[in-house]
Amino acid sequence: MPYLAIEDLCVSYGGTRVLDHVSIGVERGEMVALLGSSGCGKTTLLRSIAGFVLPQEGTIRVDGRDITHLPPEKRETAMMFQSYALWPHMSVAGNIGYGLRMRGWKAAAIARRVDEMLTLLQLEGFAARPVTQLSGGQRQRVALGRALAIDPHLLLLDEPMSNLDYKVRIELRHELRALQKRIGITAVYVTHDREEALTLADRIAVMDAGRIAQLGAPEDVFHRPHSAFVAGFMGADNALDLMRGSGADLAPAVAGTPQAARLRAHFRSNEAHLAHEVNDVAHDALVLPGTVVQSFYVGHGYRYRVSTGTADVWVEAPEHLAEGTATKVVVPRAALLLFPSDDSRTRIS
Amino acid sequence: MTAAVRARRWSQRLALAVLLGFLAFAVFGPIANLFLWAFAEKWYFPNRFPQEWGHSFWGRVFSPRGGAVASLGTSVWIAVLTVVLSLAVAIPAGYALARLKLRWRGLILLAFLLPQAVPNLPVYVNIARVFYEIGLNGTVLGVVLVHASHGLVLAVWIASAAFAAVDASLEEAARNMGASPWTCFRTVTLPLAGPGLIASAIFVFLESVDEFTGTYFVGVPDVTTLPLLMFNASMGGNYQIASITALLLLVPSIAFMLVVERFLKANVLAGVGR
Repeated sequence: MPYLAIEDLCVSYGGTRVLDHVSIGVERGEMVALLGSSGCGKTTLLRSIAGFVLPQEGTIRVDGRDITHLPPEKRETAMMFQSYALWPHMSVAGNIGYGLRMRGWKAAAIARRVDEMLTLLQLEGFAARPVTQLSGGQRQRVALGRALAIDPHLLLLDEPMSNLDYKVRIELRHELRALQKRIGITAVYVTHDREEALTLADRIAVMDAGRIAQLGAPEDVFHRPHSAFVAGFMGADNALDLMRGSGADLAPAVAGTPQAARLRAHFRSNEAHLAHEVNDVAHDALVLPGTVVQSFYVGHGYRYRVSTGTADVWVEAPEHLAEGTATKVVVPRAALLLFPSDDSRTRIS
Repeated sequence: MTAAVRARRWSQRLALAVLLGFLAFAVFGPIANLFLWAFAEKWYFPNRFPQEWGHSFWGRVFSPRGGAVASLGTSVWIAVLTVVLSLAVAIPAGYALARLKLRWRGLILLAFLLPQAVPNLPVYVNIARVFYEIGLNGTVLGVVLVHASHGLVLAVWIASAAFAAVDASLEEAARNMGASPWTCFRTVTLPLAGPGLIASAIFVFLESVDEFTGTYFVGVPDVTTLPLLMFNASMGGNYQIASITALLLLVPSIAFMLVVERFLKANVLAGVGR
């Protein structure tokens, strides 16, 4: 049995099912990211592990111990909140030492542990500071220190980076990953940021409408999505219908093609390219003639919205094209992610 | 700058000065009058100012027979008890109103407003009758109950706003770190809502120290508070004693307003009655 074992968890808020028979296992020392857009249930899942949400069905076990119905204070799960939730009437040391005071530690032992945490998080000399005088990044570290000080069974992180500047976020992301590996703590990380999930996690659980759409290693989820939803969420957000069974000659579905004869195709805008001459087009590729409708400069090149008649697709290309230019979108066969077109979870426009 | 612009600017300034003058007179005029009376030995019509100045009435007010010290003590004692009673109700009620999703939340908040909304006199007459029957008339407890019925609206509304201003995730963080519900309330919620609760206590205190009508119906003749003493003095035509008592009543008001201003933060005030 995995270290954290969640089985058939169901949570409803006033008739709305937020978690629908969710089962997931997290191994000891592993960091699993719950990835999804807002309202998919990822935060509810985290809050049920912490004990702030009581499930109607299912069990949550940590190291074999059933914690499903324990109050939050008996669970030994340390949570880092999106707002950090530091207590403004306490100093940095007061915040970090709180959990230890609750566990009846002696003052001297608490002071030693707080110092350890401050060293670990490179916050030496901040012990007496009021938390209200800290920057966002420093608050984030204090919140992490408070969570780690009690040596919890589980570390739960609720979008802890979402309130930080981009640069600080990238820095802390790497620090957090290194720290998590070093102390070997088991962690569940909630985020809506795909890149964050890919860099931080050992495994990613993509969530959709209260269910886990796919659970797997970052590379798997990224390159081998199980459904059109996961493909779209992992960045393959160009979607169009193809004719099924047309062999090597990939062709977009025309109006009136029956559902059963369609295939849903997803591809990433940076894996397609634009061709201007017929001989630019390689074999075994989907070719979509179209017109540039919009163009954006994105630094390393341009991002184009190309109208192809059946669908608008986004393509990134290094060269500059004026809006209105006629072009061809070329998608190599390998870049196409194909799904049955009747996939009910397809939610991409 | 043309003469016309300059003239307009001056006329605006003049208008503002006159307006401020009226405002200052409205606020400070009566208080100045109190000061005049408090130090007047002799002041008969039609003199504009007292004929004789002195402070002999102060001695009379503070002498044991004057009763000021005794009734000040009674006033403060009643006010303290009223604060204790109001907070004992307002802290749990305010917390529940702020945190729980109560269906009748709005109605409950309004219910506390009722004592302020209906005309006081008929209510006090009835309360006096009821209290007389159950032996509460003329007791400190009776007066405290009447004051608390008034103080509760302030106490509950402000306490509810103060608790609502405490972010719920701060409490969750405490529970998450191993605090029981009561420890969490004691170490996180209460200290953070503290300033708002102190402010509500101060308002209740002031309201009680100032209260006259209810005390008159329920307390007289056994319980004499400072406002009642003042009333008796001014009914007896003794304006010096009434003025000195009024000045005494001003002291806690001004002192507490200064404290309130420090404690009550804008974000708490903005949440009152929400």
